[in-house]
Amino acid sequence: MSSLPEGWDMVVGLEVHTELKTATKLFCGCANNFGDEPNTNICPVCLGLPGSLPVLNEGAVEFAIRIGLALHCVVQPSSFHRKNYFYPDQPKDYQISQYDVPINGPGYLDLPDGSRVGIERAHLEEDTGKTTHVGGTGRIHGSDESLVDYNRSGVPLVEIVSGPDIRSAEQARGYAAELRSILIASGASDGRMEEGSMRVDANVSVRRGTEAPFGTRCEIKNLNSLRSVQRAVEYEALRQIAILDDGGTISQETRHWGEDAGKTQTMRSKEEAYDYRYFPEPDLVPVVPSEAFIRQIEAELPPMPAQRRRELIAHFGDAATDAQLDQANAAVELNLDPFIVGAIEKGITPALALARTANELAGLGDDAMSLPKDDYIALLKMEDAGELSATQSKKVLADLVAAGGGDPKAVAESKGFQQLDAGALDATLDEIIAANPDEWARYREGDDKLTGFFTGKVMAATQGQADGKAVNAALRQRRS
Amino acid sequence: MSVLDTGARVNAGEVSAVALANESLQQIDSQEGEIHAFVEIQREQVLRKAQAIDDGVAQGKNMGVLAGVPLALKDNLCQHGEVTSCASNILSGWRPPYDATVVSHIETAGVLIIGKTNMDEFAMGSSTENSAFGPTKNPHDTTKVPGGSSGGSAAAVAASMTPLSLGSDTGGSIRQPAAFCGVVGVKPTYGLVSRYGLVAFASSLDQVGPFAGSVADAAALLEVIAGHDPKDSTSLNAPAPALSSHLDDGVKGMRVGLCNELLEGCAPDMVAAIKRAAEVLSNAGAEIIEISIPELKLGLSAYYLIAPAEASSNLARYDGVRYGVRVDAEDVTAMNTATRTAGFGDEVKRRIMLGTYALSAGYYDAYYGQAQRVRTLIINAFTKAYSSVDLLLGATTPTTAFAIGDKVGDPMSMYQSDICTIPTNLAGHPALSVPFGVGDDKMPIGAQLLGPALSEQQLFQAASVLEHGANS
Repeated sequence: MSSLPEGWDMVVGLEVHTELKTATKLFCGCANNFGDEPNTNICPVCLGLPGSLPVLNEGAVEFAIRIGLALHCVVQPSSFHRKNYFYPDQPKDYQISQYDVPINGPGYLDLPDGSRVGIERAHLEEDTGKTTHVGGTGRIHGSDESLVDYNRSGVPLVEIVSGPDIRSAEQARGYAAELRSILIASGASDGRMEEGSMRVDANVSVRRGTEAPFGTRCEIKNLNSLRSVQRAVEYEALRQIAILDDGGTISQETRHWGEDAGKTQTMRSKEEAYDYRYFPEPDLVPVVPSEAFIRQIEAELPPMPAQRRRELIAHFGDAATDAQLDQANAAVELNLDPFIVGAIEKGITPALALARTANELAGLGDDAMSLPKDDYIALLKMEDAGELSATQSKKVLADLVAAGGGDPKAVAESKGFQQLDAGALDATLDEIIAANPDEWARYREGDDKLTGFFTGKVMAATQGQADGKAVNAALRQRRS
Repeated sequence: MSVLDTGARVNAGEVSAVALANESLQQIDSQEGEIHAFVEIQREQVLRKAQAIDDGVAQGKNMGVLAGVPLALKDNLCQHGEVTSCASNILSGWRPPYDATVVSHIETAGVLIIGKTNMDEFAMGSSTENSAFGPTKNPHDTTKVPGGSSGGSAAAVAASMTPLSLGSDTGGSIRQPAAFCGVVGVKPTYGLVSRYGLVAFASSLDQVGPFAGSVADAAALLEVIAGHDPKDSTSLNAPAPALSSHLDDGVKGMRVGLCNELLEGCAPDMVAAIKRAAEVLSNAGAEIIEISIPELKLGLSAYYLIAPAEASSNLARYDGVRYGVRVDAEDVTAMNTATRTAGFGDEVKRRIMLGTYALSAGYYDAYYGQAQRVRTLIINAFTKAYSSVDLLLGATTPTTAFAIGDKVGDPMSMYQSDICTIPTNLAGHPALSVPFGVGDDKMPIGAQLLGPALSEQQLFQAASVLEHGANS
C-alpha cells in the first residue's frame, strides 16, 4: 500500500482530541454550544477568576467511559493533573488534564481493512478558549491585536492516543475515519472536523526496513480533515526520507501542516518545547466510577460501526458488488447507514438507497447527518416510484440538507420538477432523432456507445426532468 | 456580650444594627490611622446593610443568628462588587462578580461586613509586612508585627474594631497572628469550610477560619461558615459541627498530649506558659501525656516545597490578559512578563520561582515528590499519635510578636515562625490558638490545640477551659 521508496517504513501514531457533546462544560455549568456569540457562555470558573474552583461534570465522565468501552479500553480509577503553560486563551494558564492515571487505559481499534491499531489511553481534559489574531501577521507574534473567545474554555475533551502502530498514510486516514465513526456512534461526540470538534495530531517517523528501531519523530498539527491526515503523513514521511537519504538527521519538532501548500513547516523545535510541570490537581478529587456504573454504560452502548457494517451488507446478501461494499463502508464511516437501513425497511430498492446515500448524501458534509431520516426516505420513495429523475432527486436532496430537512414533494414542486409523461418523452425523442439522423443510424446498427449521446440530448432538452431509465427503455424499444 | 447574644438582641429590637455598625466604624476611625488593619472600609455599604437589618427586624423578620455583628474580611475572600486585591498590586482594584461561599453564609447570618483587611500579599508571609499597601501594626505594641498572613484580621479584632473577622490559614496564617495579637484563631479541618471564592495560595493547604475575641464567638462564627459546598470538590460531606452547645462540656477524661516538637526551640517564657496551660487542663480533669512526634520537624521543609509549587501554578493566571493590572509591551509574552514583574512583590516572586523549580522536569521527584512523601510521613505520625491521645497541646509560635522590620531581610528566619503551625496544614487537621497569658515582653502568648480531622468539638471544649484558666 505504501508509496514510500523501496526499503523504507513509516511509523505513525495519532493523537485525536474530540469534544464531548455534553450539555455543559467539564468543570462548570456553562452551556457547551459551538457557534454562540463570543464570550456569552462563561462564568468565574471557566474564566479562571481568582477564587473559583472546578467541579467535575459527571456527564463528561460517562461520555469518556463510553469512548473507552467502544475502544476496548481498560476503564479505571483516575485523577487530574495540571499542565502548566502560559497562553492567552488558557484562562488559568494551566490546563486541567489527566496524566499518569487516565480514565481509559490500553485498548484497540480494528479497521475495516482488518488491521488493528493499539490505543494507549483516552483521557479527559478541558479545552482552551479560541484566539483570533487580527491585523499584522495574523499570528500571535506580530498581529495588531488578539481577540479571545472563552466560550470554548472548559469544554470537555477526550484525547485518544494510539500506539505507534500505523504503517501507511492510508492506514492513518482509515484509523482517523473509523475512530470518527466510533465517536459519533458512541453518542459522545459529533466528530465534526471542520468545526474543530475532532482534531488530529500525527506523530510521524521513518526507518529503514520494518525491523529497525523507530526513528526520531515529528509531531504534525493542524490536520482538519481526513484528507489532510493522509496527505500530511505521506508528505512528512517523504520529507524525512529525503533528509535521511541526503545523509542528514531528523530533529524532533512540532510541525504545522499547510493544507494549501501541501507541506509541513517547523512550528516549535525540541529546545522550544514547554516544560509543563505536571502535578496533581489539588482542587479535584480522584474519579472512581463504580463497576455497576461502567457495566450500565456498556449495556447501553449503541452498536458500533463494525457491527453496523456487517448488518448493512447483510441486506445485499452474496450479490453485493465490490463497489457496493466500498459504498457500505463509506456510509458507515460517516454514520449514514441508518439512512440506508431505514430506507430499505420502508421498501426502497436497496441498491438505490445505498447509492444515493454513499454517493450523494455523503458528499454533503457534516450537515447530512442532521437531515431528518423520514424526509430522506420520502425523497427516495419518489425517485424509486419514478416521480423524480435521478438528477432531480439529487438536486432536491441538496436543498433538503441545506435547509436541515423539509417535504421533498414541496421542494420538487418549487423547483418545477415533475414527472415527464410518456407522450412528452416520445415527442422529445422524435425531435432529437430527426435532428441527428447519422447518429441514430449508427445506434440502430448496434453502436451502444451512442446510448449516452441520446440520453444526454434528452436530459438537456428536458432540463433533467426525464428519468434516465425510461429514456434507455424508450431507446431500446425504438431500435428493436 | 457574645456575638450570639448581640444577634439575639438585634433580632429582638433591643439593639440597632446601625448603632453597632457606627460603633465599629468609630473604633476604626480612632485606631486605623495607627494600626492599618484595613485595605478597604465599606462605610456606606455597611450602613445600608445595617439599616436593612433594622428594617427587617421592625417587620418582625428573623435577620440571622449574627444579625448586626460587624466582621472584617481578609482581602483574599471574594465579595461581589467589592475590591478583592489580596494586598497585591497585580489585583488592585479588582472587583469579583461573585461572592465566596463563606461570604454568602455570613451575609445570610446577618453579619455586617465592615471592610477588607490587610494581609501579606497573596497570603505569603508571617508578618503582614509583605502587603503592597504597607504593614499592619500590632495593637498591643505598634512597633511589633501583628503576625501574618491574616495580620489585618487579627489586629481588627484585637483593637476592638470588629468582634469577628475571617482569615485564611495555609501554614499558620490564622493561628500565628491570633497568637501575636492575643485573640482566638481557628484553622478548621481541611474541607470543613468551603474554599470557593478564597483566592488560592496553596490549594491543598488553604482553609478559611474565624478570628474572635473569645472561644464562644469563634465557635459561633465557625458554625455559620462550616458545611458542605457543592462548588468545592474538596469540601467534606460532613455536617457543620455543633460547637456552641458543647463549650462547657469540659475536658474530664480527655487525653492531651504535651507535644515536645511544639515546645523545643521555643523561648523559655513560651515554654513556661504552655506548661501552665497543661496544668490548667490537668486541673480540669484531662490526662496530660508527654509525647514526641519527631516527624513534625520535617514539616517546614516539605511545606516550603509543596506550598510554593501549588502557588506557582495558582498565580500563573495573573498574566494581564483578563483582569487586574496590565503593563503593555511589544507582544503578549513581553506583556505577561512586564505585568508580573511590576505586579508581584518580592516574596511572591521568590515563592513562584521556588515552586516553578520544584516542579521542573528533572527536579520534580527530588523536590515536589519527596515533599509529598514527607507529607505522608507526617500524616501517618499524627495518626499514630492520635491513637494514644485525643488532642495535642503546644505553642502556636516560638516567640511572641517580633519587631517590624526584624525579619523582612531574612526569609528563612521569617519562615521559622510558622514551624509550630505548618504540620497541621500538611495533615489537613484542625487546630486553634487561644490566648494564654503574656511573655516577658508583656506581649500575648497563644496556646495551640491540635486534633485529628473533625475534632473541632473537642478542640473548642479544651480551648474554653484554657480561656477560663488563663487568668487564674
